[in-house]
Amino acid sequence: MAQRIVIDPVTRIEGHAKISIFIDDAGNVSDAEFHVVEFRGFEKFCEGRPFSEMPGITPRICGICPVSHLLTAAKAGDAIMAVNIPPAADKLRRLMNLGQMIQSHALSFFHLSAPDFLLGWDTPQAKRNVFGLIASNADLARAGIRLRQFGQEVIQILGGQKIHPAWAVPGGVRSALTEEGRDRIRAWLPEAYATTKIAFDLFKKVLETHKKEVEIFGNFPSLFMGLVDADGGWEHHGGKLRFTDSSGSIIADQLDPQKYYEYIGESVQASSYLKSPYYSPLGFPDGMYRVGPLARLNVAEQMGTPKADAELKKFKKLTRGRNAVTSSFHYHYARLIEILTSIERVEAYLDDPDMLSEDLRADAGINSLRGVGVSEAPRGTLFHDYTVDRDGLLKKVNLIVATGQNNLAMNQTVAQIARHYVRGDKIPEPMLNRVEHGIRCYDPCLSCSTHAVGQMPLHVQLIGPGGTVLHEVARG
Amino acid sequence: MGACRLCLVEVAGIPKLLPACTTKVREGMEVQTNSERLRKYRRMTLELLFAERNHVCAVCVANGHCELQTLAYSQGMDHVRYDYRFPKWEVDDTHPLFGMDHNRCILCSRCVRVCWHIEGAGTKNVSGRGAKARIISDLNQPWGTSDTCTKCGKCVMSCPTGALFNKGSTVGEMERDRGKLEFIVTAREKKQWIAE
Repeated sequence: MAQRIVIDPVTRIEGHAKISIFIDDAGNVSDAEFHVVEFRGFEKFCEGRPFSEMPGITPRICGICPVSHLLTAAKAGDAIMAVNIPPAADKLRRLMNLGQMIQSHALSFFHLSAPDFLLGWDTPQAKRNVFGLIASNADLARAGIRLRQFGQEVIQILGGQKIHPAWAVPGGVRSALTEEGRDRIRAWLPEAYATTKIAFDLFKKVLETHKKEVEIFGNFPSLFMGLVDADGGWEHHGGKLRFTDSSGSIIADQLDPQKYYEYIGESVQASSYLKSPYYSPLGFPDGMYRVGPLARLNVAEQMGTPKADAELKKFKKLTRGRNAVTSSFHYHYARLIEILTSIERVEAYLDDPDMLSEDLRADAGINSLRGVGVSEAPRGTLFHDYTVDRDGLLKKVNLIVATGQNNLAMNQTVAQIARHYVRGDKIPEPMLNRVEHGIRCYDPCLSCSTHAVGQMPLHVQLIGPGGTVLHEVARG
Repeated sequence: MGACRLCLVEVAGIPKLLPACTTKVREGMEVQTNSERLRKYRRMTLELLFAERNHVCAVCVANGHCELQTLAYSQGMDHVRYDYRFPKWEVDDTHPLFGMDHNRCILCSRCVRVCWHIEGAGTKNVSGRGAKARIISDLNQPWGTSDTCTKCGKCVMSCPTGALFNKGSTVGEMERDRGKLEFIVTAREKKQWIAE
């Protein structure tokens, strides 16, 4: 008899979610769905507000990546004003985005995911968390927490506060880096490099002991999307979009992010508040693509900084001839390489005289009634699309966030892991832990993706062909 | 005015509280401006002001420079015990320089008085009654279409909250210098225009 497995709530991710696993008559996993069960409606209640307020409003979507929404909202504002922002403002925004990459990736790797692969899958849930990590390896946990602090301090030094700084504005930024701030950032660099090296050494050992996880944690062909610079290199706050497939072939390149709607469609599913974007030339669901660290490293030909480029070469060897790294377990690896390039880029910016510039903000009225801002958030490409009236009041808001774009891939990841562990009509405990981690690879942020709020518990249902719930496990 | 009741005072011999702004000073009057009873009523009045319209400090242009917010802090208003009314007010962003967000207006009418009595333009006025009262421009028309507005910005400078703002402002950017308004009114009298 067919079944459905439901995991509800899912823990150690940012938000509330539930997983359904569908079992066919033969007792095999036929499908899986990752449901996001929160709703907030930011797109709707921003209507009627002046577009200049959006860099203040949209960061409130999320406390983990407010900077991503801040910068992308400011960029959409630049587009409505149709201005080129001062070069110093662009560099300063980039500096803040790098701080955001470092802090968010450090949080994902050390606080949320490392407890799984360092303490072991079958460690009791009560101990398999950052506190368990502190108990077993205090130095490592402290180093990870401090690496996140470094990223947060970059944000604070620029924006005045770590969370929700209202610093970027349509047309530029409000303030430059000070000499004192620059020196504070510089003092952090040796420790940040050292912690990143520890993380690399550790993760390389994890890869040797987690070969099975690499095979089944979201290892399937898909498209990958990310921003690249004019030379096809890694980009995070500018450039154009590139799609590659799982053989590494570029299927679309240097796409204008302002016209995302010409090549990205959004599908709505009844089971989730999360929209499922897809590459529209291939249709739904064949146009499934992944975004975020793994995708950015797959689409990029080089990182653009020496240490990270050396790591990228090693990373690209994981493709085993397919020219794309297809296992979502390698999101973790990609995150570490992005931390490394971010630290290198922060270091390079510190010597740039533009960082202390006073020419920071372009001024203009409403010159375009629609503006799209695109930036790489830690979890993937973030789009803010605003339509305004002649006075600059918002008539329509569309936000496409990373976790939404990874929605279809997360469903496949859950199904793939479940297929390996589910037999019959019961939810085996080892599967629960691994399914959760499969989701965690993407570091999903459900607050952002549904523009929703909440803590993150796990609920799994096993569902038969007739829709009956055969087994249900909930924990929070 | 006497409308907002935030300046209530205790006057010896009178059991009820009186608004200072409409009470004439008399010889020998004993006035208490700060007592536990007054603080209690001020907090209550502030809570009602916050409940009446949509005051969201975290994303407001006046955050950190708002008289309403400062008063709430100083009076220890840490909760709002009344149901928020969540009215649907619009933003008037039709003016080339300034914007008006009725969501943040507390109807103090300073903008009306500064417009009539200091600038002498008479653009701003109050229409409606009670909860429907709102600041209007000229014949209740979009501010940007006003013939009388001189774009002097005195209304913006007088606004205690984020209701009137310079267009394009983002969170916390509206810092006002009310000393400039006082200077305009008293500089001649104080001979501040004459260099020493």
